[in-house]
Amino acid sequence: MSGVLGIVLKRLGLGLLTLLIISILIFFAVELLPGDIAQAVLGQGATEETVNAMRQQLGLDRPAPVRYLEWLAGAVQGDFGVSLISGNSVGNVIGPRFLNTLFLAGYAALIAVPISIILGVIVALLRNSLFDRVANVMTLTSISSPEFFLGYILILYFSVQWDMFPSLASLGPDISIGEYLYRAFLPALTMVLVVTAHMMRMTRAAIINLLASPYIEMARLKGTPAWKVIVFHALPNAWAPIINVVALNLAYLITGVVLVEVVFVYPGIGQLLVDAVSKRDFPIVQACCLIFAATFILLNLTADVGAILTNPRLRHPK
Amino acid sequence: MGSPKKNEVLLEIKDLRIEGYADEEWIEIVHGIDLTLHRGEVMGLIGESGAGKSTIGLAAMGFARDGCRISGGSVEFDGMELTTTPKADLRALRGSRIAYVAQSAAASFNPAQKLIDQHTEAPVHYRMKKRLEAQEDAMELYERLRLPNPTEIGFRYPHQVSGGQLQRAMTAMAMACRPDLIIFDEPTTALDVTTQIEVLAAIRDIVDQFNTAAIYITHDLAVVAQMADTIKVLLKGNEVEEASTVEMLENPREDYTKSLWAVRSFKREQRARPTDATQPIISVEHIDASYGNSDVKVLDDVSFDIYPGMTVAVVGESGSGKSTTARCITGLLPPTAGRILFDGQELPARYQDRSKEQLRQVQMIYQIADTALNPQMRIGDIIGRPAEFYGNLRGGALKNRVDELLDLIELEPSKFYYRYPSELSGGQKQRIGIARALAADPRMIICDEVTSALDQLVAEGILKLLDRLQEELDLAYMFITHDLATVRSIADEVVVMKQGKVVEQGPKDEMFTPPHHPYTDLLLSSVPEMDPNWLTALLEERGVDNIGEAADTGKSALKPGE
Repeated sequence: MSGVLGIVLKRLGLGLLTLLIISILIFFAVELLPGDIAQAVLGQGATEETVNAMRQQLGLDRPAPVRYLEWLAGAVQGDFGVSLISGNSVGNVIGPRFLNTLFLAGYAALIAVPISIILGVIVALLRNSLFDRVANVMTLTSISSPEFFLGYILILYFSVQWDMFPSLASLGPDISIGEYLYRAFLPALTMVLVVTAHMMRMTRAAIINLLASPYIEMARLKGTPAWKVIVFHALPNAWAPIINVVALNLAYLITGVVLVEVVFVYPGIGQLLVDAVSKRDFPIVQACCLIFAATFILLNLTADVGAILTNPRLRHPK
Repeated sequence: MGSPKKNEVLLEIKDLRIEGYADEEWIEIVHGIDLTLHRGEVMGLIGESGAGKSTIGLAAMGFARDGCRISGGSVEFDGMELTTTPKADLRALRGSRIAYVAQSAAASFNPAQKLIDQHTEAPVHYRMKKRLEAQEDAMELYERLRLPNPTEIGFRYPHQVSGGQLQRAMTAMAMACRPDLIIFDEPTTALDVTTQIEVLAAIRDIVDQFNTAAIYITHDLAVVAQMADTIKVLLKGNEVEEASTVEMLENPREDYTKSLWAVRSFKREQRARPTDATQPIISVEHIDASYGNSDVKVLDDVSFDIYPGMTVAVVGESGSGKSTTARCITGLLPPTAGRILFDGQELPARYQDRSKEQLRQVQMIYQIADTALNPQMRIGDIIGRPAEFYGNLRGGALKNRVDELLDLIELEPSKFYYRYPSELSGGQKQRIGIARALAADPRMIICDEVTSALDQLVAEGILKLLDRLQEELDLAYMFITHDLATVRSIADEVVVMKQGKVVEQGPKDEMFTPPHHPYTDLLLSSVPEMDPNWLTALLEERGVDNIGEAADTGKSALKPGE
């Protein structure tokens, strides 16, 4: 297993490098945006003097590379700066929001992953049957509709017409877990609908891809029933691609929630990012983007490690 | 192979017709085969690929692969008509009363499960035995099949066990429910000769002990002669003839059968090294090589010379370093020590450091033409590319050169120029591989097992072509093979390799006359002969415990472990 550890360390190193490059890209992308925080905050009533004064106060009058390096020097010591709007530290602003997003992503993942894999196995077993086609059409429909549209459809039926779930996922400071799950149900369901198709179809394809292998034919010629062939012979060998697509979708659950959070007014990191970009609050934007990037890197790494661990050749060396 | 109950019919196939789905229509691929098999009888099905052997074998289980269907005739197994039996009943027959042993055990064992779990799957599923009983039975079968550490080997994963052992484990698995009939589908084709013997002996033994009937599918006549009571010869889905093994070997009636028997007759005059001061075209001098950063030497002090216009056969089991030597010569794998001379000039170790002129001189032909040709490129482009790259030909001159090359390999240029590899037969693909090597106008060609994936008649055609080209273009060949029959027919000199070392080398006639190095002797005596008593005689001579891997004194059995 020392090989796995080596891979993990190497990939983490590369991940840090990726983060550094991303932080540069984000910084200068924000710089390229027209206007700056002073104009955004002061709005219509700004005079040139007030704008200049605010710029000076925030240190925005110095050249961009200098400000980037200052930020970087702080970041490597764990200080990501303060929000230019509120003056609170970035950690305090993002922390609770990120937890909310993680919770929503976890909620959606707990529903979506088992359903997709089980559905994937079933449609692989019943491939080309009516069930297979219906499942395909339905999941494809849900993946092809934009998630804000899906969200509004769900609101229309589940909260407006049937009055089953709240349309706004507003979270108070001390609500019970049951209450929480109830309020966050619609945003979670929206996310589930968006990611299920991808994972289900990959599971189906990975399994069907293996059905032509000699060992599957051998299992059939041993008289193994069809469902056992799929579950015991094909699935264990299909884990690597499935794990990969699951990891990508988990990353999407965290980074792709922006629209869903806006639709349901869910206090997550996505909404925060949208606000921060419109106000040019660079430290917040930077931290959010780095969190998203780190999520992708870590989940991909987990997927690779998972693929290695499910491979019997690597788990049981000669 | 005598058995008391031979008169009772177990399997009767009448006028079996099977269709395959291709190009959106069903085409008949097996045209009315009759077959009668008695209890305890072993029948050999023999023919080229495409003869329908495997398809018929599977049909005997009532099974048709995806894209195939049984379209007519009857398959009666012990009173049951398999073509009309419901699927669930058919499935209940498989594994329990009819079992299957596949060609490549390495591919047919599930890589994610332990051997013994796969072994016990059928008996546990059919509730014939409890899991533990089934495991004990598996160990007993492993012991009977002379697998090392029978109590432990089942708990390994397929990749932890060698090919010959896997093939025996698969035979054991087929025996798990004590079936009445086993279909052996080319069970030894993928194995080395030395390993093949132990598998053949094990199969013959166990089939005999349990009085199991068997259909033994192969394209190797010498193998079928050892195994079968009767032989049926097939050609393109038709029966050519059927007779008892002895009868078939002594007087085959049909011309096609005779031509199969005659395949091994191609022989070329042996050439000797030039006596003047001609330098060898390739001199391999004391090279060592290893893969990656490991210290394990894949090649250890390998030296030999290849003279212009001669064929040097490099033989040995898989893993002996034959192909690695070729990779060193072509510069794909720089050796860690030693050097390679071309015409007396040292070649840079890495192909990246070699000049175009040096690269041009040595070309390769690969074992599996299927994977060695780019399926997205037309034949004209495949052959044209090296001609363009090395010869700087363009336009009309390039086209002429490709036509000339296609003529050389006896394929009609106008018919093949615009085709894709997938539209060609196996033998034709291999010819394209040869033309591609020739396009660079090399002085030496490395042939890496070029005939081992081909049927004997097709292989014969390739060997004759290579011989003609050698004559016309004065080529030197390094011929990598594990097939000693091929060596006999075309080699001038032989290099025998074992575990990365050259154990013996010399002119062919000397190498094939005793006294040999013990390893050469083992290789030579392991090549099956047409004589039906060859295996029996060999086993008596060597002793049953001293065959195959067991004859390999250096190997010690793996210890049970985590």
